[in-house]
Amino acid sequence: MTRGPIRKVLIAKPGLDGHDRGAKVVAQALRDAGLEIVYTGLRRTAEEIVQEAIQEDVDVVGLSVLSGTHLPMARRVIEGLRAAGADDIDVVVGGTVPPRDVPELQKIGVARVFPMGTPLSEIVASFRNPTASPDVAGRHP
Amino acid sequence: MRDAKLHAGMPIQPVYGPEDVADVDHARDIGLPGEYPFTRGIHRHMYRERLWTMRQYIGFGTPAETNARFKYLMAHGQDALNVAFDLVDTLADMEEAFAGIPLERVSVSLTINSMAAPITAMYYAVAEKQGVPADRVVTTPQNDILKEFVARGTWVYPVGPSLRLVGDLIEFSARRYPRSNPVSVCGYHIREAGCTTAQEMAYGLAIAAAYIEMMLARGMDVDDFAPRISFNFTCWGKIFEEVAKFRAGRRLYARMLRERFGARNPKSCMFRTLIGGGGSSFVAQEPENNIVRGAYIALAAALSGAQTMALPTYDEAYTIPSAKAQLIALRTMQICAEESGAADTADPLGGSYYVEALTAAMEQKITEELAEVERLGGIVQAIESGAIHAEVARQAYLFEQQLGSGEIPKVGVNCHVGAEGAAAPDVDVDVYAFDANVADAQCQKLARVRRDRDGAAVGAALRRLADEARGTGNLMLPITEAVKAYATLGEIARAMRDVFGEYKEPVKF
Repeated sequence: MTRGPIRKVLIAKPGLDGHDRGAKVVAQALRDAGLEIVYTGLRRTAEEIVQEAIQEDVDVVGLSVLSGTHLPMARRVIEGLRAAGADDIDVVVGGTVPPRDVPELQKIGVARVFPMGTPLSEIVASFRNPTASPDVAGRHP
Repeated sequence: MRDAKLHAGMPIQPVYGPEDVADVDHARDIGLPGEYPFTRGIHRHMYRERLWTMRQYIGFGTPAETNARFKYLMAHGQDALNVAFDLVDTLADMEEAFAGIPLERVSVSLTINSMAAPITAMYYAVAEKQGVPADRVVTTPQNDILKEFVARGTWVYPVGPSLRLVGDLIEFSARRYPRSNPVSVCGYHIREAGCTTAQEMAYGLAIAAAYIEMMLARGMDVDDFAPRISFNFTCWGKIFEEVAKFRAGRRLYARMLRERFGARNPKSCMFRTLIGGGGSSFVAQEPENNIVRGAYIALAAALSGAQTMALPTYDEAYTIPSAKAQLIALRTMQICAEESGAADTADPLGGSYYVEALTAAMEQKITEELAEVERLGGIVQAIESGAIHAEVARQAYLFEQQLGSGEIPKVGVNCHVGAEGAAAPDVDVDVYAFDANVADAQCQKLARVRRDRDGAAVGAALRRLADEARGTGNLMLPITEAVKAYATLGEIARAMRDVFGEYKEPVKF
């Protein structure tokens, strides 16, 4: 992530993926860390997520994807934000992201990736101190 | 001395003795296996007469791939199927998925909920095409929509019409498909979403009671459908707590059926369950260790008296299961069954001071959780309001914090972390290779089905379905008519959605 203090985060569930345990755990942890959190609920399109991110004036969109569609979903959200002139909003991705997909996610502009196995404390720390951490959290470089 | 407590929250004593089971009345609370209240299991001789069914969960993007994996596991001794439904557009896909699989001899679980009515109608249609008589069809559509609102998330319609569809399938199947199990009540997914062991059982029992009340309100006799109600629960973590959870759950369910619902048939009082899963207990770090975790799950499930077993696979955190990982899971269950001795006698832990005391403690805790559900207005109201969602999310967060602090130990994650620290760069996991052409091929197949079918018949069937959805009658017949005309799942769902509307998720945590 490129800028200073993060105040507000949209936690988003794109696509046909009903697994929201991780999204809600991260949302609660970030809320406890003092951030304002908005959660989209399940099964949102990229367009809906972009719109909500802009309406809510968030600093970061956190995409939670456990369906294997992290690449196309992240791409659509980033392109949507760009097209709307909101590319100051960072996009981060968590979920079942295989290590081999991390470089591609970074290439399309994902600010940080939290693959499975990332400790909650590391996720929270990266939101508190966005400039000091590496680009990929967790155990899989 | 270190502290120890159950996932349900209660402390565990360092040692148990006769004084800890002084309040347990053997005849009233425990009895014999196969006898009310079934604390010790639902069959007299349990696995000596019939081993648990082994039923790994399978489903790929195409029916052909799914069919191939079915046959692979059956060739290695799996005796039943459990199907994931990412793959079905029309009856044509269902025909392909079950091609060459004799539905007269194989029991099939259909893991489907908001779309259980049309998917089960497709399954019945395939069985009919194979020439299987209706009374020989053995299938278990999950058909448990209430837990979908809390966990898993495949809801479509609001709670009311969703419940109506659950009831329509139960009623239709009870009348025409006597060996089908038209609802499988799941504590499993709610636990995977984060709730405690006691809540898993409490929410499952409360949801079962809601379905039973609905069927009684339709005028059915409890003994006409309750014998075919089944359950789906998970089992991971502390083995003895799990065993106690199932022993307590069987006792509570039996008493609920007899005392509250007036069941007279002993089969109505039997808590028949799949025990398995627990993928949330498997971790990304050193994934091979998950094979060992799976073996403990299998042992706990056997000691708990499972009717059916299914295990998560060691690659769970990375991918949908590889063939190798799924075969290891099947072999784990087979080793537990054939080699470990866990299948040699019914309820081998029965009479243990610890397990009987735990069973009583779990019964009390589950009863308290049931009272809390009542305080929230009953399970349907507590789900509609989002109160259960919020509690489950709170428990998931609590669990994650306990993992972070090491209070809940996880080898290779928060204790006994390897020399390379948290990093595990050489993970030997075969990640499922998604084929981008699959979606195109499926679209082409769907276009072919649409072209070849009788469009007028489809339109008429869908109009009839929408009309009947506006009334109060059972929708299984119009759904079956639409299915047999090769209406797509999307068309059938839309016809009902136009009448019922959509559920609005309460975002609470």
